[in-house]
Amino acid sequence: MDIKLSQEDEKFKNEVRDFVANKLPKDIARKVLEHRHIGKEDTGRWHAALFKKGWAAPNWPSESGGAQWTALQQHIFDEEASIAGAPRLSPFGINMIGPVLLEFGTAYQKERFLPKILSGEEWWCQGYSEPGSGSDLASLRTQAQLKEGKYIVNGQKTWTTQAHWADMMFCLVRTGQEGRKQDGISMLLIDMHHPGVEVRPISTIDGGNQEINEVWLQDVEVPAENIVGEEGRGWTIAKYLLSHERTNTAGVGASKRELAILKQIASSETLGGKPIIEDALFRDKITKLEIDLLALEWTVLRVAAVEANGEAPGPEASILKLRGTEIQQELTELQMEAIGPNALPHLPMSLEDNWIGPNVGPKYATPLASRYFNYRKVSIYGGTNEIQRNIISKRVLGL
Amino acid sequence: MDFSFSEEQKLLKDSIDRFLEKNYSFELRQSMIDERQTMSAEVWQGLAGLGVLGVPFSDKYGGFGGGGIETMLIMESLGNHLVIEPYLSTVVLAGGLVDRGAADWQKQIILPGIIDGTMLLSFAHAEPQSRFSVNHVETVAKPDGSNWVIEGKKSLVLHGPAAEKVIVSARTSGEMNDLDGVSLFIVECDEEALGGHEYPLYDGTRVLDLQLNRVKVGPDSLIGPIGKAMPLITEIIDRAVAALCAEAIGVMDRTHQMTLDYLKTREQFGVPIARFQALQHKSVDMFINLEQARSMSVLASGSLGFSSSLERSKAVAAAKDFIGRAGRSLGQEAIQLHGGMGMTQELAVGHYFKRLEAIDVMFGNSSHHRREFANFDGQDNPVEYTQPRKKWKQI
Ligand SMILES: Cc1cc2nc3c(=O)[nH]c(=O)nc-3n(C[C@H](O)[C@H](O)[C@H](O)COP(=O)(O)OP(=O)(O)OC[C@H]3O[C@@H](n4cnc5c(N)ncnc54)[C@H](O)[C@@H]3O)c2cc1C
Repeated sequence: MDIKLSQEDEKFKNEVRDFVANKLPKDIARKVLEHRHIGKEDTGRWHAALFKKGWAAPNWPSESGGAQWTALQQHIFDEEASIAGAPRLSPFGINMIGPVLLEFGTAYQKERFLPKILSGEEWWCQGYSEPGSGSDLASLRTQAQLKEGKYIVNGQKTWTTQAHWADMMFCLVRTGQEGRKQDGISMLLIDMHHPGVEVRPISTIDGGNQEINEVWLQDVEVPAENIVGEEGRGWTIAKYLLSHERTNTAGVGASKRELAILKQIASSETLGGKPIIEDALFRDKITKLEIDLLALEWTVLRVAAVEANGEAPGPEASILKLRGTEIQQELTELQMEAIGPNALPHLPMSLEDNWIGPNVGPKYATPLASRYFNYRKVSIYGGTNEIQRNIISKRVLGL
Repeated sequence: MDFSFSEEQKLLKDSIDRFLEKNYSFELRQSMIDERQTMSAEVWQGLAGLGVLGVPFSDKYGGFGGGGIETMLIMESLGNHLVIEPYLSTVVLAGGLVDRGAADWQKQIILPGIIDGTMLLSFAHAEPQSRFSVNHVETVAKPDGSNWVIEGKKSLVLHGPAAEKVIVSARTSGEMNDLDGVSLFIVECDEEALGGHEYPLYDGTRVLDLQLNRVKVGPDSLIGPIGKAMPLITEIIDRAVAALCAEAIGVMDRTHQMTLDYLKTREQFGVPIARFQALQHKSVDMFINLEQARSMSVLASGSLGFSSSLERSKAVAAAKDFIGRAGRSLGQEAIQLHGGMGMTQELAVGHYFKRLEAIDVMFGNSSHHRREFANFDGQDNPVEYTQPRKKWKQI
């Protein structure tokens, strides 16, 4: 047992820190630290910088152009980059479909798709959820029928994050009606520019409409070579994808950044003439959250160290998404609480970096309420926190 | 970074677990408590025989030279079996003070006795008015020729009824809450001028309240330099807190396991109650608390070797706060999920819960340690939380 970073990992940490200090565009970092809107172009620029360095795909093997980092290195990178204000890269290519294609893809699929995921040239989205199928995903109804070497796809996907940015979608479709509902599901790679694909934005409670979309599919023709694995194997592949999600689902790095920002704000806001961070009640809320984050961080480190030893992650890995999202939500809640009535003004346009207009209250205040409302999503997407508890109860506790 | 245990560490834990499995039933524990015993001499000799009592001490005195992680493993096992024996008092607290503070000739006399199980000691530090403040010392020691005369009150001396000697903290100079001016003395418990009474806590631990009525001790009884004991006391209490955190993990682990077993066997509405989702989700929350508490225990015990005392104390405070909250929540849910059975003195689960509650209060409860943690903030930057100290533009 040794709870300090090894010299090698310390060296890596410094290397990451230097890289981020030099190569993370300053305007992007500022937007992240000020909670401004991060667009496709911003994300793309950061992706390109990482690609140039060979760091775009942390968990891919090096022969496919990945950085092949250990889980601990990924954690270190995530922390250093997040604290400095790096935006989150789009996860759908690098973290999701990439590893799936590496495991299940044909030679053609690997060659056609992986290089452009790595370089950031092609953007992806995830077409799983449908209006009638959320938690009970296996009930999905979007149809795909094989006709003359092509799948003809009809149906509707929804909540599709970044569909309006995407060139491709990995999509779960129904190819069979027989047997268990899971057995009739296949995974197709659909070109978003094909005729019959229509993307409609969904407005969200934070006041934005630049995040999630409905994707309507009408007689979309998908070449048969774009099926991942065999027909009817989509469910197994989708589950593999879930199990492949690593420790960074906890979002510890970003939460540390937000905690620092929270303390900053609470030092500027006053109550009875004193900074609100000195108010015993508020101070206690921050401290509790800080210690909760520490407990999550050390659980992440335990999980990462187990993986580094080449062992399968222990049961504690299952709690990372749950606790990570709860803490992310609490941070947005306290940041909003810290600014008191200044949270009330609703100025979505002020989230744009180039917006010039009168600020209501301090500049840091405007985005916080919107962010709080937006972050209710984190306990819903990627399997709701209730579903996470069902899974742990069944798989880990055997109930 | 590596969180795995060495073969030796695994063997150590296995041997204690096996010993306790065989020799420390819940019934034995309860009968000792009913008979107002502080401990069992046979169990203590058994632990000595396994070498457990010598783990933290140098081999020069017959010990094994173990560190925080070894103590963590031992305490976890003791917690798992809800052991009331005075390991914390004799080995971690008093043994720690002697080991880190006493002169070599004093160690030669005391440590071998601790290690072979023949000498029991307690630490008498807390006072009726001190609550959780470590530097609140009202008891005074005044020089009398080359001797010292100690006068004052000490309360909640853990396992005191079984002790042969107590190590007493007393003020040799300065004001009540000064960091400077506190000294440590070894006092024999059969001393005439030492009054007091013993009583049990709700978790079965027996303690002493002491009245020092001008107790006279010789110059040899002083541990460490005069007036400079506070850093040592703080360090040893940090170790005790880390040890209690580890014990709490053992207690929580067993409590959670007992609850899962109960959910699978108890039937209502014609099915095992484990089928009810409301209870499944509560069990998952217990599990989440347990696993995160385990991480914090590792952090606390692992940080005992840090060179910066601030970094060490900050980690320990965070762990004690977190484990206090997590332990309470897990314990309360365990009782709730057992229904009426959870309320009975007969079932072990209630006793495990009470131990968790007692651990929370000992050496500072959650709120205390959270306050400490907050006060450490800004003094140092051990966990690197303050990184982007961005200056916000005001409009
Ligand atoms: C911002 C955002 C982005 C998203 N991005 C994507 C994306 O890119 N691609 C994609 O495919 N999907 C995406 N989703 C969809 C997301 O995965 C689903 O919203 C989620 O799986 C829940 O499904 P649902 O919305 O239909 O809720 P429902 O399944 O209808 O759930 C409603 C409530 O019932 C609870 N519930 C349901 N079943 C159970 C049960 N068995 N036990 C206990 N409680 C239960 C849920 O926890 C929830 O509280 C996104 C969602 C959001 C909010």
